Amino acid sequence: MTRTVPPEAGQTPPNADFTPKPAGQSGSGSMREFLRSNLRQSGIYVAFIAIVALFTFLTDGTLLSAGNVTNLVLQYSYILVLAIGMVIVIIAGHIDLSVGSVVALTGAVSAVLVIDRGLPWWAGVLAAIAVGLLVGAWHGFWVAYVGIPAFIVTLAGMLLFRGLTLQVLDNVSLSPFPAEYREVASGFLNGLLGGYGYDAFTLLIGGVAVAGYAVSGWRSRAARTRYGQPVESLALFIVKVVAVGAVVMAFAWQLANARGLPIVLIILGVLAIAYGLITKNTVFGRQVYAIGGNLSAATLSGVKVKAVNFWIFVNMGFLSAVAGVIYSSRSNGAQPAAGEMFELDAIAAAFIGGAAVTGGVGTVVGAMVGGLIMAVMSNGMSLLGVDQSIQSVVKGLVLLLAVAFDVYNKRRAGASR
Amino acid sequence: MDDNILEMRSITKTFPGVKALEDVSLTVRRGEVHAICGENGAGKSTLMKVLSGVYPAGSYDGEIVFDGDVCRFSGIRDSEHVGIAIIHQELALVPYLSIAENIFLGNERRGRGGLINWHKVNAEASELLESVGLHENAITPVGQLGVGKQQLVEIAKALSKDVKLLILDEPTAALNDTDSAHLLGLIRKLQERGITSIIISHKLNEITAIADNVTIIRDGKTVETLSLHAGEVTQDRIIRGMVGRDLESYYPERESHPGEEVLRVEDWTVKHPTQDRLVVDHADFSVRAGEVVGIAGLMGAGRTELAMSIFGRSYGRLVSGKVFMHGKEVKTRSVTEAIDNGIAYATEDRKKYGLNLIEDIRRNVSAAGLGKLSRRGWVNSNEETKVAEASRKSMNIKAPSVSSIVGKLSGGNQQKVVLSKWLYTDPDVLILDEPTRGIDVGAKYEIYTIINDLVAAGKAVVVISSELPELLGTCDRVYTLSAGRITGEVPVREATQESLMALMTKERELAA
Repeated sequence: MTRTVPPEAGQTPPNADFTPKPAGQSGSGSMREFLRSNLRQSGIYVAFIAIVALFTFLTDGTLLSAGNVTNLVLQYSYILVLAIGMVIVIIAGHIDLSVGSVVALTGAVSAVLVIDRGLPWWAGVLAAIAVGLLVGAWHGFWVAYVGIPAFIVTLAGMLLFRGLTLQVLDNVSLSPFPAEYREVASGFLNGLLGGYGYDAFTLLIGGVAVAGYAVSGWRSRAARTRYGQPVESLALFIVKVVAVGAVVMAFAWQLANARGLPIVLIILGVLAIAYGLITKNTVFGRQVYAIGGNLSAATLSGVKVKAVNFWIFVNMGFLSAVAGVIYSSRSNGAQPAAGEMFELDAIAAAFIGGAAVTGGVGTVVGAMVGGLIMAVMSNGMSLLGVDQSIQSVVKGLVLLLAVAFDVYNKRRAGASR
Repeated sequence: MDDNILEMRSITKTFPGVKALEDVSLTVRRGEVHAICGENGAGKSTLMKVLSGVYPAGSYDGEIVFDGDVCRFSGIRDSEHVGIAIIHQELALVPYLSIAENIFLGNERRGRGGLINWHKVNAEASELLESVGLHENAITPVGQLGVGKQQLVEIAKALSKDVKLLILDEPTAALNDTDSAHLLGLIRKLQERGITSIIISHKLNEITAIADNVTIIRDGKTVETLSLHAGEVTQDRIIRGMVGRDLESYYPERESHPGEEVLRVEDWTVKHPTQDRLVVDHADFSVRAGEVVGIAGLMGAGRTELAMSIFGRSYGRLVSGKVFMHGKEVKTRSVTEAIDNGIAYATEDRKKYGLNLIEDIRRNVSAAGLGKLSRRGWVNSNEETKVAEASRKSMNIKAPSVSSIVGKLSGGNQQKVVLSKWLYTDPDVLILDEPTRGIDVGAKYEIYTIINDLVAAGKAVVVISSELPELLGTCDRVYTLSAGRITGEVPVREATQESLMALMTKERELAA
């Protein structure tokens, strides 16, 4: 598991995703330049803020209440974990339709070991992750080395692993998990520093995150300056840090006033930062983009396409297993029908987050925000008592519009050629 | 007597931030072959898109008069309706449909009850094929035809719509000399039938051979229209109009000091990936440091296949033979191995095989050399930018910054990005496959200068080219390839276009 955690992980957010690309030699400093050069990305943030604002207004502030913010995190964390893996798959030009079934299978294996056999909680987690890696290797083998389109391979996998889930569970649900296992998805780190009506530890972690963001942003800025590259103006940089800091601290404050820092949020944070860095700053990440952008050119540039594709799916299997553990922990058991439609939520998150249908484009941060947009909409509509059927219609339309916006953008860019 | 089939009057077309066309006028007389020349990015294609309705009326200023009527096209269908047909560089045929189906695609001949009478359709298609000189069965899937024949199908398709004005965008760019000659002959035949043609081409010898008038466009403006009848307008004259300056010669001077042998290939044999025939047949060749070696061959001779099979077995199967670098045998079983052994291959089709068009210059330049920019798998992106920036300056890549998206650059600048990518891997030998295809004259000259700088720095360069003058102008030695066999090796000072062509066709005649 250390394989996926880069050295710098755990201390700084992937600030690179927020750094504006220099729009030209001269002044990329102004806010307008920043927005324009990041339209594809900034559009998502604007949409996110608008949706949060809308539902906050409609629910008279309940959406952002301490209890509900905590709920949001607990409720949608596994979709966000899946979205991280899915956006990488999509950037490389593939798709994975099997993740829902894999979530069910890994949860089921874990449940059988922990609930049926009475093994300790960590054995269940390790077994689930082992199964996830195996499933990923299976998909990777067929996609990368046999050359079957991922759509077909993972469609087969969706049926295959759903069937295996039923086999493993003997068609019945298993529950309950022991308390330690349930901690993964519903536990909190709090009281470590005491509290005065709120949890000081949560605020401390929030502070550390903001400081890490500021420091890493500053260091990357300094490095760019050292290399004689354009950087955004100091004022814009400070505005950015203050804005991010305010949001993070407000978020931490709400958590601190509820039940403290959810363990699952720590898992999610570490994964998001780690994968943000991997996609942006590693050779592997670059090769994923290269394959999705132009497969032939990547091959002829010496990218080991088969190996990269293989590992992309192994990674998806790994993250499906993580999501499987979180989901089974949260639902306190394993059900034969667990995880149905998760793949569609994860795919939707990636596309809403700016991934291109044709591959080669997308970011982890974008997929997370895309997932959060879905989460806030579901949650907000549930708070308003909107019927499930209407929720489905709205989510479908939002996905369609997000991709339409992407296509429209691309056409406009193409026409100005 | 003025009988103009087409008048485009002071056309101005603006894109956000760029004036692509400014006050461009074009007058084409009925029944003539009218050439349009200009550097890449001069606005030729934009002008043709305005004419054919890709950019609808209202999105540009100016007036189009076709056949005496002012036209306001809102789409391609409108322009087709009045008899304008455009044949693009990238052919727009459906590979799995038959020739006949392609010809009548979107224009199906429906009979009784809306059903298609295939006998009638195929018979009509056969007639059209006859008229363009293509001797193929009308039910053959288009995918089985070569590029040259596909182009003829496109023309047949245009004829089926009673075309009055045929626009050909770079029609011979992908054709060998035989097919080019056939195509030009066909254009002349159509002219006799009263069809007017506009031909956009970089190949000036073809223009002077076939066109009646040539209009030169530079930087979105009409420079001049020259009549080619008097015979006084030379290729140099046209080039002067295009670039606005005199080129002393097409090819920069270079002193040749070949050194040690760098690359030697022995007994190289490659089988076609699906058919049972040899594409490369026991080929031997070598390149020395500081030397430019050319490989000449007609289309289908196996030039690209030879290069790509050496470069990491990227083509064919059952590849056999030996590759030596600096006298030592090396393996090139994968692209990575080839790169590690100091071989670089810049492809003939940069858009399809050479570049990630949706990424920026920086990431394209670093694509093959990421290993050098990274430590334990982590890329130093600042160093990457520095490398790309250095390339942008030294190669004179015309782009505002290294963050510019490569797909938006002109062909010449894209090719410089490809070269930058390979130079960053620090190869000993560079194989350049059609390094100047689809590039304007000025950028060609720059590419030749880059090649000269490379050999001056001791690199070995292999140039594969369809243009014999290019090989004669840049190489020290030329190998000729015919049907997969090396049929000759000629020092360039002893070679002429005629002598090379004789060697390039040698094997074929023996086989015939």
